[in-house]
Amino acid sequence: MKFSVYRYNPEVDKKPYMQEYELREIQPGLMLLGALLQIKDTIDETLSFRRSCGEGVCGSDGMNINGINGLACITPVAGLKQPVQIRPLPGLPVVRDLIVDMEQFYQNYRDVKPYLIVDDPMPEVELPQTPEQRDRLDGLYECILCACCSTQCPSFWWNPDKYLGPAALLQASRFIEDSRDQATEDRLAALEGPFKLFRCHSIMNCVQVCPKGLNPTKAINDIKKKMVKRAL
Amino acid sequence: MPDLPRRQFDSLIIGAGGGGLRAALQLSNAEASVAVVSKVFPTRSHTVAAQGGMNAALANVLPDNWHWHMFDTVKGSDYLGDQDAIEYMCRAAPQAVYELEHFGVPFSRMDNGTIYQRPFGGQSQNFGGDQAARTCAAADRTGHAILHSLYQQNIRAKTHFFDEYFAVDLLKDQQGYVLGALAFDIHNGEPVVIEAKTTLLATGGAGQIFRTTTNALINTGDGMSMALRAGVPLQDMEFFQFHPTGIAGRGMLITEGARGEGGYLINADGERMMERYAPKAKDLASRDVVSRAIATEVREGRGCGPNKDHVMLKLDHLGEDVIQKRLPGIRQTCITFLGIDPAETPIPIFPTAHYTMGGIPTNRHGQVVVPVKDTPEEPVPGLYAAGECACVSVHGANRLGGNSLLDIVVFGRAAANHIIEYLADNRYHRRLDAGSLESALQRVQRWDSKPTGDGESIAVLRDELKAVMENHCSVFRNEDVLTEGVAKVEQLVERFKYARIDDSSAVFNTARVEALELENLFGVALATIHSAHARKESRGAHSRIDYTERDDMNWMRHSLYSLETGMDYKPVRTKPISVESFPPKARVY
Repeated sequence: MKFSVYRYNPEVDKKPYMQEYELREIQPGLMLLGALLQIKDTIDETLSFRRSCGEGVCGSDGMNINGINGLACITPVAGLKQPVQIRPLPGLPVVRDLIVDMEQFYQNYRDVKPYLIVDDPMPEVELPQTPEQRDRLDGLYECILCACCSTQCPSFWWNPDKYLGPAALLQASRFIEDSRDQATEDRLAALEGPFKLFRCHSIMNCVQVCPKGLNPTKAINDIKKKMVKRAL
Repeated sequence: MPDLPRRQFDSLIIGAGGGGLRAALQLSNAEASVAVVSKVFPTRSHTVAAQGGMNAALANVLPDNWHWHMFDTVKGSDYLGDQDAIEYMCRAAPQAVYELEHFGVPFSRMDNGTIYQRPFGGQSQNFGGDQAARTCAAADRTGHAILHSLYQQNIRAKTHFFDEYFAVDLLKDQQGYVLGALAFDIHNGEPVVIEAKTTLLATGGAGQIFRTTTNALINTGDGMSMALRAGVPLQDMEFFQFHPTGIAGRGMLITEGARGEGGYLINADGERMMERYAPKAKDLASRDVVSRAIATEVREGRGCGPNKDHVMLKLDHLGEDVIQKRLPGIRQTCITFLGIDPAETPIPIFPTAHYTMGGIPTNRHGQVVVPVKDTPEEPVPGLYAAGECACVSVHGANRLGGNSLLDIVVFGRAAANHIIEYLADNRYHRRLDAGSLESALQRVQRWDSKPTGDGESIAVLRDELKAVMENHCSVFRNEDVLTEGVAKVEQLVERFKYARIDDSSAVFNTARVEALELENLFGVALATIHSAHARKESRGAHSRIDYTERDDMNWMRHSLYSLETGMDYKPVRTKPISVESFPPKARVY
């Protein structure tokens, strides 16, 4: 099976290039991460990429696979068009090969104050929450910060420092929707203006690529509705 | 002394999983300056993969109290757990859960708004009576929910993170105080000396010593090996947990919660096999018991599939609603990796390397303790450990499901509280010893030079190590297999001296990281197989077919393995803090 992988090491390369690799034997059920590890272990130790859990929960190995962002560890190689084009996540600076500098992405995440804010004194036991209230967090809390969504979003590409992007906005929604959180008003106010939230044009690339099946566009629209309600 | 960039903090934490982050939060909230060094971005740490939940006697579903939880944990440990630490943990558990909930963890809920709890293996009411329901869960993503919430709270608390820095070795002075660590920035290879009055190791487990494991690729026992190199022995390393339900041949974890929700195991005859091994608890017996049962079924020819090499976990009778509500993550994992939906088809499973019960010896305050002359447990000044890399020991010879997330949170917090006291008594940084920095630097610099000669690659040596450990130190063990295994691991350690890497770049050099990780794996593997070889009894996860019985007279004691002096032993702390000791009894489920 043939792979064409984006290579760039700023120490030695003037510009990026694509390198071809071939694996003769492909085990049934092999995931793309397995293929990359095989390449690294047996062909080229210098090929660099992030990875950890290997089962789609840690969010380390987001990359662009045949033009679409995804996690290498849960992308079966069977069925991928050859040579498989593997590039770093688009829209973020490349550190080396498939490794991007994610600082802007994390900065946007931190910007939405992604933590529960409760002003009242805490009870001695848990804060109560009904199953229905808890259900509202489903589809929001499961995000693994892999950045597949934000780096597939044209609005984020154009204004990564002004538009928060789908991942950060999903987190904003996760706390706005949490019945325990007492900072809803501040959270909505912080998203005012033409960029932070409203640069989302519902292109829905984020929904298409999210490896966890989440729907940031819906979360963003839910926030927008709340903003409109608040303005009235 | 080499002229390197230096950073100074009150406290250094190595590792950003649940243990490290819980400690960091406690310290930041106490206004200590805290540096957290992690080789991955914090939410990539392996706590994220914990599924089923966290034990605490909240009694939200069935009657419960901490004392029953304590009994189950002592029994589960096969009486090797230290009962003062176990009492401390079980008493602290409800508060630890409530704190997490206040930090924002999205626990699943009961109809009355309290936290949802599910039954897990080895849990009982009333000291061995009916099944309890003690495991607090956020669907089957509890670790993810906890890790993200703890990281988020650390953002709020403004903890200082060194993300994607690799910690190389501990730094000490002549008096043996631990004063921080040498690390390097993986992005550019630049070394940095992080000076700290206290250092907490929270680097997690070492499942990567085995070929088939539920553990992430980053679980390479870095902190354990740092401790070994600093002269601290590792404790009880022969006790490695094989989780009964890893996906056969692949290793992905299927949570014990699947059986907690009503799933059960069947063999090739379609028989509900656990009824024969644990008539009362059945599929919710302790993990060591269930893993041995599966391995026995396969050995005796009742395995499933064309190679009769696994058994089946049946969930389809639970109905799609329960599976989607309570077990959505493992459902997705099965669909992704096996192409089957557990709501329709049973899952092929086999025991899979999962958890390092042993580790860096500590007391219940998280202080690392070593034998000094006649004192078995003398604290190493300035050094702490918590979580899977540590051995408190609350898990003894076998950990109960749901006690690991509890362990990291309770002892991460306890260690931080002790560190706060230590900082009050030790206000100033002590001077580093040049020697300990030199040797740490050499370990990194070994891989800097252009490759020369024809040494073996890291991948070849690592694959061989993992195969040796799997073949020689698995669920069932015996003298011949272990003796051979010890020799093979030692040969590999020798070959590693001549290993080479083909990447000398300073920029995000993952080959170099993997080389340093393999060195750490060797330390852990040596400790594990030597300790297993030395222990001539069967207890908990350590099952010897040549010594099938537990031998309390000779072996109710902790193993200690050190690089310099090999095996040593120390007594189990059988005296709890405030209640009567649970004396060893035959262990039946």
